[in-house]
Order: sequence, then structure tokens, then C-alpha cells
Amino acid sequence: MGKGRGESLLVETGYSMQFSQILQYLLSGLSIGAIYALIGVGFSIIYNATGIINFAQGEFVMLGGMLTLFFLEMLKFPLWLAIPCAIAASTAAGILFERLAIRPLRRPTPINLVILTIGGSILIRGLAMLVWGKDTHAIPSFSGDEPISIGGATILPQHLWILGVTLLMVSVNKFYFNRTISGKAMRACAYNRRAASLVGIDVRRMVMLSFAISSAMGAVAGIIVAPLTMVAYDVGGMLGLKGFCAAIVGGMSSGIPTVMGGLILGVLESMGAGLISSGYKDAIAFIVLLLLLFLRPQGLFGKPESERV
Amino acid sequence: MLRVENVNTYYGKVRALKDVSLHLGEGEIVALIGANGAGKTTMLNTICGVTPAAAGEILFRGEPVCALLPDRIVKLGISQVPEGRQVFKPLSVEDNLELGAYLRYRGGEGKKAIHNDMKQVFTLFPRLEERREQLAGTMSGGEQQMLAIGRAMMAKPKLLLLDEPSMGLAPLVVQEIFRVLERLRGETGMTILLVEQNAKAALKLADRGYVLETGKVVLEGPADELIENAVVKSAYLGKSKN
Repeated sequence: MGKGRGESLLVETGYSMQFSQILQYLLSGLSIGAIYALIGVGFSIIYNATGIINFAQGEFVMLGGMLTLFFLEMLKFPLWLAIPCAIAASTAAGILFERLAIRPLRRPTPINLVILTIGGSILIRGLAMLVWGKDTHAIPSFSGDEPISIGGATILPQHLWILGVTLLMVSVNKFYFNRTISGKAMRACAYNRRAASLVGIDVRRMVMLSFAISSAMGAVAGIIVAPLTMVAYDVGGMLGLKGFCAAIVGGMSSGIPTVMGGLILGVLESMGAGLISSGYKDAIAFIVLLLLLFLRPQGLFGKPESERV
Repeated sequence: MLRVENVNTYYGKVRALKDVSLHLGEGEIVALIGANGAGKTTMLNTICGVTPAAAGEILFRGEPVCALLPDRIVKLGISQVPEGRQVFKPLSVEDNLELGAYLRYRGGEGKKAIHNDMKQVFTLFPRLEERREQLAGTMSGGEQQMLAIGRAMMAKPKLLLLDEPSMGLAPLVVQEIFRVLERLRGETGMTILLVEQNAKAALKLADRGYVLETGKVVLEGPADELIENAVVKSAYLGKSKN
């Protein structure tokens, strides 16, 4: 049925209209996909360092947006100052979460950890609701709302910010894990904790660091997307799940595969919403997730049983 | 240098080490031999803080190390080459060696000093230099063993603990590894505690030895005496030679 609608649209509007529309879907898909990618990389970093799927990851995305708003409106900070403050505060929250919830756990079995991170997520969301209320808020775009036209499609400057910041974050990430001793130590921990501790790496410190990095990345994602999608206490749940999908598509890699996963997911979503029906937008992510878990649990790009990170 | 006194270690309710005492002098090579499950690996892991002792005392250069976490113990100067090598397979040879010096990086030591030590490791194991960029997991078992030893040496330990360096390796490679250990002692005066099932090779290299049986020290003495000892001969060196 949905297909029929797409075809009739094609007849009505003609080829060139169709092309620019596809381009439009592609561009907005890529920018929302970049957000999923950042969140997904956050999932992967913690997973690789600790084996934990941190279901509270989405809440740090929310915190990024809400805290930016808090610094902007309550403390009257300018945007350029509010953003780093919000990132720092979210990172602190991530570290606190690890220290207070994850580390004291006596028996860190997978099921305990899953319940714990889901509980943490509900707690953070609840606190945010108590502090900031249930309203949806807008954050101003970083550099205006003047649309830019590309080949018949239009995008906003904020889309460019999203793509640029994501590219930057992914490059910094790659540099960190491949070129710095601390990043290499984290990869070593991911691969073999005992051997890592035998060369003197403080595994607990690395776990904390992984929480710090991924909550910072989540916060950045939440901040750059907030001007487009608005922000409320409960945006973390859905964004977190989409990010999780991206990480699954990428085989829980903290590098390019997960970024690709996010982009693919974003584009599929946007195409699906545009060409089929916007009602299916969220369903697409979960169909992708389920299909992958059934057919290629190692991720779209991974070899079976290949090493992560 | 190292003094282990009446140490008891448990895995759950199983007592894996029963009142084990041993000691190492500066510059000594001591072999710890025994059958599978005798507690040799447990002994090393207890010294390293991986499986802490429930009772007893371990003194390293006069300092108690029993209650410390593994990374603290490495910092004091004890490095272990773990059983089964445990190199970081997805990382390159060079990265593995750098991580061996992790605490020295964190202690603010310059890249230059660390790279000089890497060169030293490469003179001991030229094969590693050839494979510098290669991922550790793609190398042969012998090369991974060399890397594991090199990685431990990068921490500049005062005491090196080696867990079954000959495990699963071809005889020629085993010879090469033991030659390097010999050389290591000659050049750096490194103190080494060597755990081996290959008792003959271990005792040939070592100054002294301990024989462990079901978590207890049943024999100890100079290595050349242990080699001649009838019990050791029949149990660990193969009866046919007699």
C-alpha cells in the first residue's frame, strides 16, 4: 500500500522533483544518522571496555540537551559557554553513575548489569523531570536558521554542524584509540582484562574513563541535535535505542562500522518516512535491529567471531 | 628479594596453595616445577595479586605486597609473563611493547627512554622488530611468547615471573627462548621465577628449584641436585633415562 503511494507521487511530480526529494531525505537521513552514530559509538566504547550494554546511554544524550538549556536560560550563559559546561556536567554525571551504580556491584553478572543500567536510566529521567518539568524546550541553532539549497534540496546550517561535529568526534576518537597510550590501554583492557592488569593498567580507572568518554559523546550528540528536534526529559529513551541499533549494525565497534551503522539507519528511517509513511519511522530501526540480530549478530560488516574494537 | 611465607590461596573452597614458603635472592633464577594442577600458576598469580592470598605473607624487597592490586605490584617492579602468553592480539607488536611500559608512560617517563628499551627488546628478539607493525594475534606461538616476554621487560621489572614459557612450542623455539633467558640474566642480572612443566630445561637454567605437589612444596634445593634427585627424575624428568 505504501508503495502505491510512492508511485503515485512519482507520476504526479515527475522525475526531477523525485530526485530532489530523494536527495532531501538522504541529507536529513545522514544528519540524524550522525547522531545515532555518536550515541552508538558511546555504547560500543563502554561495551568494549567492560562488557556492559549501558542502557542509560540515552539519558546522557538528554542531559546534554537539558543542561545546555539550563546553562542558557537559568544561568544566562552565552551558547559557546553553555555547551562546554553542559558537556562537562554530563561527563561528571557519567562518572558518578559508574562510581555509584556500576562499581559497587558485588556480582556483576550480565543480567544484574542490564537491570542496573535500565534502573539508572529511569532514575536519571525521573530526576530530570522533577528538576526541569515535562515541557519540551527549544535550543537556538548554532548559526542561524537560513536554509542552504543543495541540488534542489534544502538543509539547515545545523545539519552541517551535526555532520561536522560528528566527523570531528569520530576522528578524535580514532586518534585516541590508535595513537595515545591511554587509548591503547583501553583497547588492551577490552581484549584481555587480566593481561592488562598484569602490565600495570588500572582496569577500574579504564572502566571509569570509558563511562566518561561515552557520556561526553552522548552529551555532544544531544546538544547538536537539540536545535532540530527540541529537547525534553524523555528524549533519551528513543535516541538511546536508535544508537543501540547503530552499534548493533556496526558489530559493537567503536569505530567506522558503527558510524556507518548510524548513517545507514538514519537514511533508511528518513527514506522510509518519506517514501512509505512517516508512521513507520521508528519501526524501521527496530526491524533493522531484529533482522540483524537474527541474521548477522556479528554486525553488518563483521566477520563471525572477529575481535572487537 | 622476594620472600613468600606460609601462603595459602583458595579458589572458592579449594585450597590451591598450602603453607607455601619460598624465597628468591637478587639475580637468582629459581624454577618452580610440578605437575598440572600442583599450584604453580596459582603461586605466580598470588605474588602478582591476581588471586590474593588468604593467609601468609609476601615481602618484596622488605615490603608487604599481599594486599595490593595487580597494577600496584607491577609498579613495585614485579612483572609476569602469563601462562598462554596473553598478548593483546588485536594490537600491533609495537603497541603491545608500548603497553608493557604503560606505568612508565603514566609516571611521566619520556618516549625516548622507552623507545630505547624497545630497541633492547629487539636485539634480544630480532624477529619482533621484523614484525613490529604486525598484529600480535597473527604471529606464531613462539613469536607471541617472545612478545609476551618483551612486553614484561618493557616495564623494567626487578623480578620477572615466567609462567610456562615453553607451553605448546616446538623444541627449537623452546631452546631459543631459554637461550634468551640465559642471556637476559647475563646482561641485566634480572631475577627470574620460572614456572615450568618442562622440568629439565627449567632446572638446567635455574640456580635453585622448588617442587610443588598438590599445593605444597615437597622438595627444594640447588638445581643441579634436583636434576639428580631420584624422586624428581622419576616424576618429572622421565624414567627411561635412568
